[in-house]
This record gives sequence, C-alpha cells and structure tokens, in this order.
Amino acid sequence: MPGMGGRMSVVIKAKINKLLDRAEDPAETLEYSYQKQMELLQNVKKGIADVVTSKKRLQLQQQKLEQQVVKLDTQARQALAQGREDLARTALERKQFAQGELQSLDQQVAELESQQASLIEKESKLRSKIEQFRTKKEVIKAQYSAAEASVKISEAASGVGEEMADVGMAMQRALDKTEDMRARAGAMDELEAAGAFDDNLALGSGSTDDIDRELHQLTSQSDVDDDLAKLKAELGQGPAPDQPSLGSGEQERQA
Amino acid sequence: MIVRIATESQYRLPDDDAAELNELDNEVVSAVEAGNEDRFHEVFEQMLDLVRRAGQPLDEDELAESDVILPPPDTSFVEAAEEFTGEGLIPD
Repeated sequence: MPGMGGRMSVVIKAKINKLLDRAEDPAETLEYSYQKQMELLQNVKKGIADVVTSKKRLQLQQQKLEQQVVKLDTQARQALAQGREDLARTALERKQFAQGELQSLDQQVAELESQQASLIEKESKLRSKIEQFRTKKEVIKAQYSAAEASVKISEAASGVGEEMADVGMAMQRALDKTEDMRARAGAMDELEAAGAFDDNLALGSGSTDDIDRELHQLTSQSDVDDDLAKLKAELGQGPAPDQPSLGSGEQERQA
Repeated sequence: MIVRIATESQYRLPDDDAAELNELDNEVVSAVEAGNEDRFHEVFEQMLDLVRRAGQPLDEDELAESDVILPPPDTSFVEAAEEFTGEGLIPD
C-alpha cells in the first residue's frame, strides 16, 4: 500500500526501530524495551496533565468573557437609559464580538474534554499492553532459543511500540490544539488591553474617548441624578423619578 | 490484514476489504495530488468507515504490529499534503 496508510506505517515503524535500536542481544532488548515502555508511560501521564492544565486556562478565559458579556450588556442598558444610543450600540457591538469568541471557546473546551477522555482511555490500554509485554517477556526468556526469542521479541516489542507511538501522536495532537487555542485566547487579551477593538467598534460616536470611561462617567452621573431625584421626592420637592433606577436596589430595573 | 487508525484503534480487516481499502488509498492520494480538498475528505472518510465497519477491533491484550496505519481521523488537508511532499510518495 504505497499511499497515505503506507507512508504513515513507514513513519511509525521508523520511530519504533529507533526505540529498539540500542540493545544488542534478545534478553537485553526485552529489558530495555520494557524499561523504555514504563518511561514513556510516565510521559503519557504528564502529557495528559498538560492537556488538563491547558483546559483550565481556557476555562478561566471563558469566565472572563462571560463577565465581559454581562458587563457590556449592563453598560448598553445604562447608555440607552441615558439616551446615548451611540454608546449603547458600541457596547452591544462589543458584546456581540465577545459572544462570538465565547461560542468558539465553548466549542474548543468541549473538544478538549473529549480528547482528554480518549487520552485517559488510551493510557489505560497502553498500560495493559505493557503488562502483557511484561508477562510475555518472562515466557520468551524461559522458553525460547536465542534465535526464536529474537523474532518473538521483535513482534511483541513492535506491537507495544506501535501502541506507544500512537498514544504519543494522540497526545501531541491534543497539545498542539491547546497551544493554538491558548495563543488565540492570549492574543485576544492583548488586543483588549490595547483597546484595539475601539477603532472598529466606536462607530458613529465620533468620539475618541475611551468607551469604558465615558460609560462609567454616565453611570456615576446617573447614580448621582438618581440619588438627587430620590432625595427630592423624600423632601416633597418634586415627583419621584419616572426613569428606571440605575443605582439603587430598591426599585426594580426595567428590562 | 491488521489496520490501525492512528490515535484511534487497531482492527483486523478481511482480505477482500483490504483490497478495497487499497483502492480508496490510491484515490485519496490522487485527490491530494490534484489539490482537491473536498474529494480528499470524502474518500478519506470512506476509508475510515470501511475499516471501522468491516474491521474487527483487536483485543486489549493483543500485541500485534499493524500492516497499515491510517493517519488520524482529524487529519487536515494541509497535513495530508505534507505527507506527500519531499520524501513522501516518491520513494515508496
């Protein structure tokens, strides 16, 4: 089979040969491959831990984005209540963007979850194959002549070696994917910190002011207005505010 | 014939199906060479299906070397193309 499958087989076999090349006589090969297998099993465990760590980082990113969505939504409501449709629009546009990112992050985290599960399964399968090899190695040592043992060993070791190479590949692919996701999430953080979204999102406002600061000022101003109106009502100097309250928890917020 | 789907599992495939797999393999190669991404995904998917459907999964404790190893199911077109550059197809 000269195509894709053939090519892959050649690559993996080369890796296995590299693993087994070092030892000279059959008994040594047996011990050496077993030792190597145990060593690689540790690497697999470490690799799985790395995938879990990466996933946790992405989940933190997810939480941050969720908070961002809530914050932008609140800001949009506040801006609209103040008649600042331009600011409300900007906040909503940012919210849309954050939601889009959140969606793709959700998908990526779900993908990582399933990769993690399959890696754990593969690790346990590899462990049982290594155990199988250990048993077989004692039988081979006890029962076969050097020439026969050589053949048997190379069969068994190749079987385990292939399994190891395969788990290694699955692990590497999972890690490469988490790296890509983290790089992307990191780039988003930096963009946000640098305010790079503003140029695209501050449509129609004609303002170069930082939207957060302006919204914050609006909020504080509205809190002050609110308090003032409440105070006025208490003192019987005027009607209670008919606008939705933005700063107090006593009155229900209008949707 | 023993076939492994990389990152997935090992299967024992009857000879008749192995012949079909070989044909599909050749088709995948031509799709990649022609730069036809849709066709690549279509045929590669057929290969994986064939092995999963017709193949018998190997027992957990069976230590066997595969005759053929298929690339991982999530192989991208770019990755597939890389397989066939440089020392890829030609020396085989």
